[in-house]
Amino acid sequence: MYSAIVFLPLIGALIAGFFGRWIGDRGAQIVTSGLLVISALLSAVALYKVGFAHEPVKIVLFEWIDSGTFELSWALRVDTLTAVMLVVVTGVSSLVHIYSIGYMSHDPHKPRFMAYLSLFTFAMLMLVTSDNFLQLYFGWEGVGLASYLLIGFWYKKPSANAAAIKAFVVNRVGDFGFAIGIMAIFLVFGSVEFDTVFAAAPEMAGETFSFLSWQPDIMTTICLLLFVGAMGKSAQLLLHTWLPDAMEGPTPVSALIHAATMVTAGVFLVARCSPLFEFAPVALAVVTVVGATTAFFAATIGLVQNDIKRVIAYSTCSQLGYMFFAAGVSAYEVAIFHLFTHAFFKALLFLGAGSVIHALSDEQDMRNMGGIYKMVPMTWLLMIIGTLALTGFPLTAGYFSKDAIIEVAYAAGSGVGQYAFVLGVVAATLTAFYSWRLIFLTFHGTSRADQDVLSHAHESPPVMMVPLLLLAAGALFAGVAFAGSFIGEGAAEFWNGAIFVLPGKDMLEALHHVPAWVVWSPTVVGFIGLALAWYMYIRNPEAPARLAKTHEPLYLFLLNKWYFDELYDLIFVRPAKWIGSFLWVRGDQRTIDRFGPDGIALSVLAATRRLARLQSGYLYHYAFAMLIGISALTTYFIFAGGAH
Amino acid sequence: MGNWPLLSLITFLPSVGALFILMIRGEEALVARNARMVALWTTLFTFFLSLFLWIDFDVTTADFQFVEKHEWLGGNITYHMGVDGISMLFVILTTFLMPLCILASWEAITTRVKDYMIAFLVLETLMVGVFSALDLVLFYLFFEGGLIPMFLIIGVWGGARRVYASFKFFLYTLIGSLLMLLAVMAMYWDAGTTDIPTLLAHNFDPSLQKWLWLAFFASFAVKVPMWPVHTWLPDAHVEAPTAGSVILAGILLKMGGYGFLRFSLPMFPVASDYFTPLIFALSIVAIIYTSLVALVQKDMKKLIAYSSVAHMGFITIGIFTITIQGLQGSIVQMISHGLVSGALFLCVGVIYDRIHTRDIDAYGGLVNRMPVYAFTFLLFTMATIGLPGTSGFVGEFLILVGAYQVNSWVAFLATTGVVLAAAYSLWLYRRVVFGELTKDSLKDILDMNRREVLVFAPLIIATIWFGVYPMPLLDVTAVSVENLIQNYQQAIAAFEAGAADLAVAAEPQLGDAQL
Repeated sequence: MYSAIVFLPLIGALIAGFFGRWIGDRGAQIVTSGLLVISALLSAVALYKVGFAHEPVKIVLFEWIDSGTFELSWALRVDTLTAVMLVVVTGVSSLVHIYSIGYMSHDPHKPRFMAYLSLFTFAMLMLVTSDNFLQLYFGWEGVGLASYLLIGFWYKKPSANAAAIKAFVVNRVGDFGFAIGIMAIFLVFGSVEFDTVFAAAPEMAGETFSFLSWQPDIMTTICLLLFVGAMGKSAQLLLHTWLPDAMEGPTPVSALIHAATMVTAGVFLVARCSPLFEFAPVALAVVTVVGATTAFFAATIGLVQNDIKRVIAYSTCSQLGYMFFAAGVSAYEVAIFHLFTHAFFKALLFLGAGSVIHALSDEQDMRNMGGIYKMVPMTWLLMIIGTLALTGFPLTAGYFSKDAIIEVAYAAGSGVGQYAFVLGVVAATLTAFYSWRLIFLTFHGTSRADQDVLSHAHESPPVMMVPLLLLAAGALFAGVAFAGSFIGEGAAEFWNGAIFVLPGKDMLEALHHVPAWVVWSPTVVGFIGLALAWYMYIRNPEAPARLAKTHEPLYLFLLNKWYFDELYDLIFVRPAKWIGSFLWVRGDQRTIDRFGPDGIALSVLAATRRLARLQSGYLYHYAFAMLIGISALTTYFIFAGGAH
Repeated sequence: MGNWPLLSLITFLPSVGALFILMIRGEEALVARNARMVALWTTLFTFFLSLFLWIDFDVTTADFQFVEKHEWLGGNITYHMGVDGISMLFVILTTFLMPLCILASWEAITTRVKDYMIAFLVLETLMVGVFSALDLVLFYLFFEGGLIPMFLIIGVWGGARRVYASFKFFLYTLIGSLLMLLAVMAMYWDAGTTDIPTLLAHNFDPSLQKWLWLAFFASFAVKVPMWPVHTWLPDAHVEAPTAGSVILAGILLKMGGYGFLRFSLPMFPVASDYFTPLIFALSIVAIIYTSLVALVQKDMKKLIAYSSVAHMGFITIGIFTITIQGLQGSIVQMISHGLVSGALFLCVGVIYDRIHTRDIDAYGGLVNRMPVYAFTFLLFTMATIGLPGTSGFVGEFLILVGAYQVNSWVAFLATTGVVLAAAYSLWLYRRVVFGELTKDSLKDILDMNRREVLVFAPLIIATIWFGVYPMPLLDVTAVSVENLIQNYQQAIAAFEAGAADLAVAAEPQLGDAQL
């Protein structure tokens, strides 16, 4: 059964990808969606069996690599953490598959799209079921590939292609850390299998090893390296720039990959490695600070964006920050619970936004929307539900998970916990503001859309609305239904050891002992955000423009996303190209070739011409001599200090 | 296959095919067609025969297998052939790529087809010979002989600047060769034999080792190629015909890596140990330097050539880590690079045959008319980036795991190449394949035909297979690699013990003096 969950999507992807031409659009849609629905139903059974009947399993498929002591196999490991992820991934994925049948109805490449979606799902399932770090890395890069393909799905758009490359390369930067982390794990533990590594982790606590030129703490170093990978995949501060651009992909992709599943892989990684992170308090503090800062930073940008999908993208970035700081204060269960509920309401918001975009003939700019709630009443209602859940309206899903995160940050009692608590509450206010701003700008007020577009505005077909309804049910009830098992009374039994927390650090218990004002604060600020948004976008619509004028530098700073893209372009992209040309022209052509083969030829030919040539270009020879000097220096360092 | 001289058959069968082609006479078109057919069937049959090497290979021993030994040239030099876990896979890689090269040249080569096929078949003999020769002189003959057909392939069937490219290629390799020849002679004077298994057991004097090591290094570093003696490669690739590039990247570059594994490490362990930091430094510079240079290339073949240099940098790092993971990773990476970079050059060839330019700017939007091509190119782009699930990942990751155990700086700096590889490869792919198809010259471009699909299919299967299940490669190499490492470490330990003895012997005198 577990193999079927993982491999059915792969089969679907292969059929749709290679035989799409023969089975037709409809055939590809039916095959991929059908197989995913089966996979989703089996996942629900899996969650029941593993989470509630306590039968975790491990299936070894076949050997992958065996080189000396570096040995590992392809295997499926299903414990409660995995089972939860299985449900999230296959559940949202199957709904997105079905939704796409309607959303992509005008696209000429339907089989390809369905194949990519299924391929993504397969890679994500390999990621969450992995039993060792290398298979995790396989899934990790696999979802990166699928994300690359889907962001660039509309390959004729230059912006989509650029965004796809950016997503892949920025993720690679994160994977750089991840890969080094895996190597360090192998060096320290002699294995990359979870069980072996986790069992040996306590012995390594407090030990140091030689890493680069320093002697850092083993567990801190490894966990920070892994976290760099998580930052890339989950778009945390500094490595977040790819996520907003990823909105170039079709909207179902944004819902599935860039909201519900792939971007949460980083959170999953931290939770999966809780037996390591627990012995690395410094790393946990870093996770908390980065998470909290991202939660705040992304929310500020979300305030002023005009593209409906970008607002939700920054919201996702911000919510991922929440999950991280929850994990950072050792409340991994709460982080995963928010991951679980967030998948429902964020997918709902994205697909709802897709429904709006579909209705308005592919318009994404909220400045060209407004006043359409009467034309798309169902979509409007569903978006309201999603917004309520996101802003933590009492008894919706977000109320249980997000509020728990804010409380747990307070309960942690540490300095970083306080930092996270304060930023978390502020970000919650901002979240409520930008979420309601989105609703008001899109659906209310007077319409700013083309008359022509408005006349075509229509509610989406049932094939799109039914998945939305199911997600809405999740957004409303997933919290109340599962809070008990995930973070309440039954938590210890439910998780059954899948998550490890140091004894005496029971955050779930601490959750119940925070002051009442802490419990109420997220709800209260949620209403404040709503009121502000109402005031500025319904009551007093000219206020935002006035505010933007009076605080222009701040407004531009936020609108331009804190200028991260410009900064990176300046310090990474341009220098890389410049150095590349420099090395090619001055290094290869004018130095190596000139004194190498060409030089030999010349010396045979004409000495006079050579003399003339020598008079120019001294500067570059010096520069090149420096480069050689640097390599000599590297040699020296490796000789002197680096070995072992 | 019992007592058949299997290795000799595999080695010389292509030359027999070449003789057949030589005898073909008649009308030009007919000659061309027959030459192609003979070459294809010869290489296919050679590949089929070589599979028996793999099937009958005993993975439990590090000894040479399929050994043939005959007196030759008056007794001092023997005709000695054999393979072990290190060389066997390279023989298979050669025989595997050959038929694909012939197929890829089917329509692209229209002038002097007969000569072209002869050159390729002779080249195959020489390449297989390199990997199976067990006598130093025999090795040297094959190793240097391989230059001649390659030189001709570039010089006769190459592009506009072919003379410059073949000249550069020749000049670089010649200098390396001469030094290696000197080293071969020195080894003969020292050991009294050129028999490789005997030399492997011979202990060269440590100070002599360093000179011999450097002489071999000069030759292998050019072949690999390592920075800064790499500049012949981009030019050679650019001017070579497609199949020439495939062989160049797929096999000829591997001779350098193979040389390190066969000679430098086991015969000169003390020198290898001494020079390891040099290798690491040059390799790291190669990885970062050539990756950055690849980023700004405007010519597709040049870009892939520079990326080859970067990938070969990983391989040299892996070899000199002297860890099981590093060495096995290097071998897997060499096989994988043979498949993947070969395939990438074939990808360039497919569109070069249609549009006759390698300029990246001349393309764009090919996916609109060539979906099968887009898929193939994407798959190999991902493999060259080292995406897990492709053979590129297994080799690269094992090398890095090995490197990390020896020196974390080396692993750290080398890993930056992984990020850069993604940047230049995806950017190339995007400029060629994605976007709108606006250029008039591309309006009628056709997708890959059946022959071209047939060329790529085996490469695709092998790339995925060895990515998901690399065990066939790892099983074959395991024992030989372990044996190599064991001998290496013993030699180093013996040398250090010897040095320590000397120090101990020197110490009492020092003590006396103080008293």
